[in-house]
Amino acid sequence: MDTAIRQNRPRHGLLTFRRLYLDLALIGAGIAAFFLFPDSLGFLTRVLIMIIMVLSLDLVLGYAGIATLGHAALFGSGAYAAGLFAVNFSADPLLGLAVGAVAGAVIAFVSGLILLRAQSLTLLMLSIAVAQILQEIASKERAITGGSDGLLGISMEPIFGIYAFDFVGQTGYWYALTVLTAVFVLLKIIVASPFGLAARGIHESAERMRAIGTPVYWRLVAIYTLAGGVAGIGGALSAQVTELVSLDALGFSLSAEALIMLILGGLGRLYGAIFGTVIFMTIHHLAASVDPFNWLFVIGALVLIVVYFLPEGFIGLPARARKLMRWSP
Amino acid sequence: MTSGLDITGLCKSFGGIIVANNIDFTLRPGDRKALIGPNGAGKTTFANLITGFLAPSAGTLHLDGRNIINLKEAKRVKAGIAKTFQITTLFKRMSVRENIRLAILEREGKSFRWFAKDNGYSDIEEEIEQLLEQFSLQSSAADEVHELAYGRQRLVEMALTLALKPRILILDEPSAGVPASDSHIITDAIERLPEDLSVLIIEHDMNLVFKVARKIVVLVNGAILTEGTPGEIAGNQQVRDLYLGARHEH
Amino acid sequence: MPAISGILIDGVSYGMILFMISVGLSVTMGLMRIINLAHGGFALLGGAAAHWLTTIAGFGFVISTILAVASVMIIAMVLERSLYTRIYRFTELQQVLATIGITFLMIASVNLLLGSTILPIRVPELLSRPIDLGFRTLPTHRLMVVIAGLLTAAALYYLLERTWFGVRLRAAVDNRNMAASLGINTVKIYAITFSLGAGLAAFGGILGAELLPIDAYYPLRYMVLFLVVVAVGGMGSIAGSFFAAIALGIIDTAARYIVPEYGTIFFFVAMMLVLTLRPNGMLGRT
Repeated sequence: MDTAIRQNRPRHGLLTFRRLYLDLALIGAGIAAFFLFPDSLGFLTRVLIMIIMVLSLDLVLGYAGIATLGHAALFGSGAYAAGLFAVNFSADPLLGLAVGAVAGAVIAFVSGLILLRAQSLTLLMLSIAVAQILQEIASKERAITGGSDGLLGISMEPIFGIYAFDFVGQTGYWYALTVLTAVFVLLKIIVASPFGLAARGIHESAERMRAIGTPVYWRLVAIYTLAGGVAGIGGALSAQVTELVSLDALGFSLSAEALIMLILGGLGRLYGAIFGTVIFMTIHHLAASVDPFNWLFVIGALVLIVVYFLPEGFIGLPARARKLMRWSP
Repeated sequence: MTSGLDITGLCKSFGGIIVANNIDFTLRPGDRKALIGPNGAGKTTFANLITGFLAPSAGTLHLDGRNIINLKEAKRVKAGIAKTFQITTLFKRMSVRENIRLAILEREGKSFRWFAKDNGYSDIEEEIEQLLEQFSLQSSAADEVHELAYGRQRLVEMALTLALKPRILILDEPSAGVPASDSHIITDAIERLPEDLSVLIIEHDMNLVFKVARKIVVLVNGAILTEGTPGEIAGNQQVRDLYLGARHEH
Repeated sequence: MPAISGILIDGVSYGMILFMISVGLSVTMGLMRIINLAHGGFALLGGAAAHWLTTIAGFGFVISTILAVASVMIIAMVLERSLYTRIYRFTELQQVLATIGITFLMIASVNLLLGSTILPIRVPELLSRPIDLGFRTLPTHRLMVVIAGLLTAAALYYLLERTWFGVRLRAAVDNRNMAASLGINTVKIYAITFSLGAGLAAFGGILGAELLPIDAYYPLRYMVLFLVVVAVGGMGSIAGSFFAAIALGIIDTAARYIVPEYGTIFFFVAMMLVLTLRPNGMLGRT
């Protein structure tokens, strides 16, 4: 019996070690992409920003098991807050990020108080409603938000007063990559913490969490608020880098697409959020440039294939392949 | 001040159907009481009233002399009342170790820490290993719970509940679903529980009840019919007629 | 005063459309316990078929409606037997995704065949004329919608309360396993109900085309609207869907007339209020 324990510990150690390599490889890939595709920096930056949004969704859905279709509410709140802050108060990027994070967290906290009492269809509907209400407000308050024209006139100061945003988007790319890396490291720490373990526990069995004395509802509110802050950072980045906030930032499509990206990659592992976003957005980029309408055929089929045949997402593929190899004679 | 659990006049009804009828009940440190009774007698309801999962219609509930009737479920756990479930609701896709870790972190008030490693507290890790050993679960420590046999899942359930360091432990059908050949695992585990713990066992399996209980309470139609030692209960004609007899006909 | 009666007439006819499209969704969601985001797709397919039949093939409105509804019912039956039988066993999240995927494929198919512009349905001239009711005139089309909605509600009531099929359907909604153990063929009930619900959606989509214009993106645009009716009315409750649809129709219309700036917000706030107070909907079971 002792041997079993000893066998397990090094396995665990090896796993973290391998994960570290994977993390470094991912950051390396982020750096390499800059040099490999210098003409697509705008697109690549959008991918990085979207990864932040999907990481936030993974926290909510993959870890805590809260199924929502209104994650854009948090992203969009961050985007509008950071955009308005830049236009009206200060164009300092880092301050703007903080404002976006706070806005996302506040909206998440307040809406979470209502949402997280509900379950299944009711939860889905309430989450959609929150995003739709915010979008309507943004659409109707034209004087402040620019309505359907979008919030224009954002012009950011250089980061730290040194690195100015350039026309090609080089600074924007490094900025987004740095923020993404910081968010990713932070989330890796949090999901491995007692708080992260408790989130998984709620996902697995909320009933049992209550039985061991956890205030489940308030934990969910805390997780949702954290995710709101992360999504808000994503939104703020998008406002700063593209210098525009449109109503789409609060739209149903964004929520649905983020969900699809996460499912494509795989739930509850953070890495799934990265791979899923890259796969989805690359296919979108390529397919939509060929034929913007038939793109829906591609994504519809992709979603069905994953749901029907790859329930763990693409990140489950290696394990699946290994299993197949082991089973075959 | 009396230590232990004191219940008086506990009543509960669901829309006119009485499921707990004026129950008086005590549980002292070191007690090993079993609650038996035919299906639908209200055994699980009674347990749920104690844990706070259900709110009673009337009655008082004191733990160590302190009125706990208004405490919510989570607060009662912190106060020292813990219950295992009839059907296991463990964290199935987490390892046995993680299951127990969650309970201890919660008990220690550490489950809201964001920046520590969940397995970074050496005293907690040590306690986990002790519990694993107490329930002979070391060999499965790294396995996910759904991979274990049902009897062993029951042990995890008990280890996790004991990890809360309760003073009142309610075992709701600890042998349900466990094959007869493995039921000694459960009996052994109950016999190895800390001596000063108060234990209430709700159970169908009379062999198990008579092996581990020192007192037996018979519940019929939401009311206590009688209470006594296993010997007294076995010899009680009313109980034989009402409950044991009916079972033996099958 | 004309404003109030105008709001009521528009609101009620709008509500009737919502009811016809959503009631099938409510019953399938209540019966099969699934979240089906693709339901609006059947309204789209019905509307698109009616567009093709009335404008390109040159059939009459009534014949076209019958043909369109019938073909949607057949398509729904095929989909139910092929894709949905697995969806029933999925987790909630997988159901959301699978049915979004199906919706995308429906949108893309209509777009490929008929393009992405609005697909008008040619209605008989009689319907586009105003009708004089004595105290006021109103578009004949509105009147037809209200009558069709009431007839649908009555027919559904009769079907559920008075027929062999209805008894079995209600039993299956109440307790699927019990129904199966009583020898009710739930597989057949599912297929018929699903197909019927899709047919109603198609019917509502065709009749409502004037209020909710048909184009390829129809299911995505109105998905939320239909789901709101189901969530507010309570899954599986036909009466709930009816009252929720009428109430939401009137609220939405009134808000558009009175506070045009914040019409939609009003609608969603009303829905959030209902769902916060009654998480299972107005007439949902707890």
